[in-house]
Amino acid sequence: MTQRDYSMTGADSMRAVHTGLAAAEWYHTDLPRKRMKELMKRADGPAIRDTVILFGAMIVLAGAGIALWPTLWSVPFWLGYGVLYGSAMDSRWHECGHGTAFKTRAFNDWLYQIASFCMMRNPHTWRWSHARHHTDTIIVGRDPEVVLMRPPALARVIANFFGLVDVWTAMVRMITNAAGHLTGDEAEFVPEREQPKVIRVARIWVLIYAAIIALSIVLGSILPLMVIGLPRLYGAWHHVMTGLLQHGGLAENVTDHRLNSRTVLMNPISRFIYWNMNYHVEHHMFPMVPYHRLPELHEEIKHDLPAPNRSITEALAEMWPALIRQLRDEDHFIERTLPDTAKPYRADLHATVPVGVPAE
Amino acid sequence: MPWIDACATDEIEQEDLVRFDHDGRTFAIYHSPDGEFFCTDGLCTHEQVHLADGLVMDYEIECPKHNATFDYRTGEAKRAPACVDLATYPTKVEGGRVLVEV
Repeated sequence: MTQRDYSMTGADSMRAVHTGLAAAEWYHTDLPRKRMKELMKRADGPAIRDTVILFGAMIVLAGAGIALWPTLWSVPFWLGYGVLYGSAMDSRWHECGHGTAFKTRAFNDWLYQIASFCMMRNPHTWRWSHARHHTDTIIVGRDPEVVLMRPPALARVIANFFGLVDVWTAMVRMITNAAGHLTGDEAEFVPEREQPKVIRVARIWVLIYAAIIALSIVLGSILPLMVIGLPRLYGAWHHVMTGLLQHGGLAENVTDHRLNSRTVLMNPISRFIYWNMNYHVEHHMFPMVPYHRLPELHEEIKHDLPAPNRSITEALAEMWPALIRQLRDEDHFIERTLPDTAKPYRADLHATVPVGVPAE
Repeated sequence: MPWIDACATDEIEQEDLVRFDHDGRTFAIYHSPDGEFFCTDGLCTHEQVHLADGLVMDYEIECPKHNATFDYRTGEAKRAPACVDLATYPTKVEGGRVLVEV
């Protein structure tokens, strides 16, 4: 069995660089340049519409929750508000971080800052970590955003459905950054000239959270924290669920997103919350395509991709047994089957490192 | 430095670019919205990705991998994760051909 070191400074990180897996050339489905340009074209309209709906719904739900507080009648409104705060903001953080949600750069930047605050992710640190995630997707020791390491830490995963580990980690990082330091991994992927920005944002956020906590103490109520802060815990479940499906149970150390990413067809509400990131193979292969064009991109290239999972339930049913097996067999993974119309996986691209034993 | 024949002017749509390889190096040739031509290094300064697969919007080129953005007239890095400017090269048009001095 292969022991893995997921740290950014460990043996697997050096091995990835040595074997050419780091910053490698990845497989892309052929698409005419003219069509690609159409799909990459930016627009403000769809994201403005979705943002008005999102913030409008958050105001209504939080307002109802506050009005009905502290009765049990407020619970459904908080649950709805929490998912928009603690999960929809994850996808807004993601899309605006790429700069593809809106055509107008300032709109991307504003929503990115708000979403980063809600998700407790330093906007500067995470911009760099996500860039690395796209360069070295699920390359052990290179990708700082691997959620399901092998063997999978299932207790941690379950705790994170309520944000417990992520929020604790985020708080420790925020306070560390506010004190003027970066953690070891952060210093590895955030360029030195960007590091003062990380510290400045952390200090502002600490002040905001301190003010919210002080207000709660003065009022003798957790109500202010129900609006800001706690939704990151009680509303996290949806983004954790969809996030696990992105790469969970699939191959590591390959340079073909068809092998390490999963596209899942979802209901319209989940797609709104997730901003179409259920088309995850497509997103990784062509990160320049805005979220609102991903369904078209999917139709364009699906002949070259494994069949998508047809629902969240189906995807979870595929992933979960693989995770359980990885508890005792770290080399196990699901190898997705390509349709006859697809170009085959190039084994020669993946021959330099052990890639484990595919599922039968 | 000699002028090198890179491509025909009609090979690049307006507000687009093409890749041009010469003497073991790779460049990007741009056709701006107002009909001018520009030339920069062909690889993003962030992680050596070919810019030719990226998106030209007005006078900026966006890298296809991480959305780093450069002003292709000056090479200035405008958006992270790029921190280093692109090298730019003189261009001129003669007889329907784009010439670059690289």
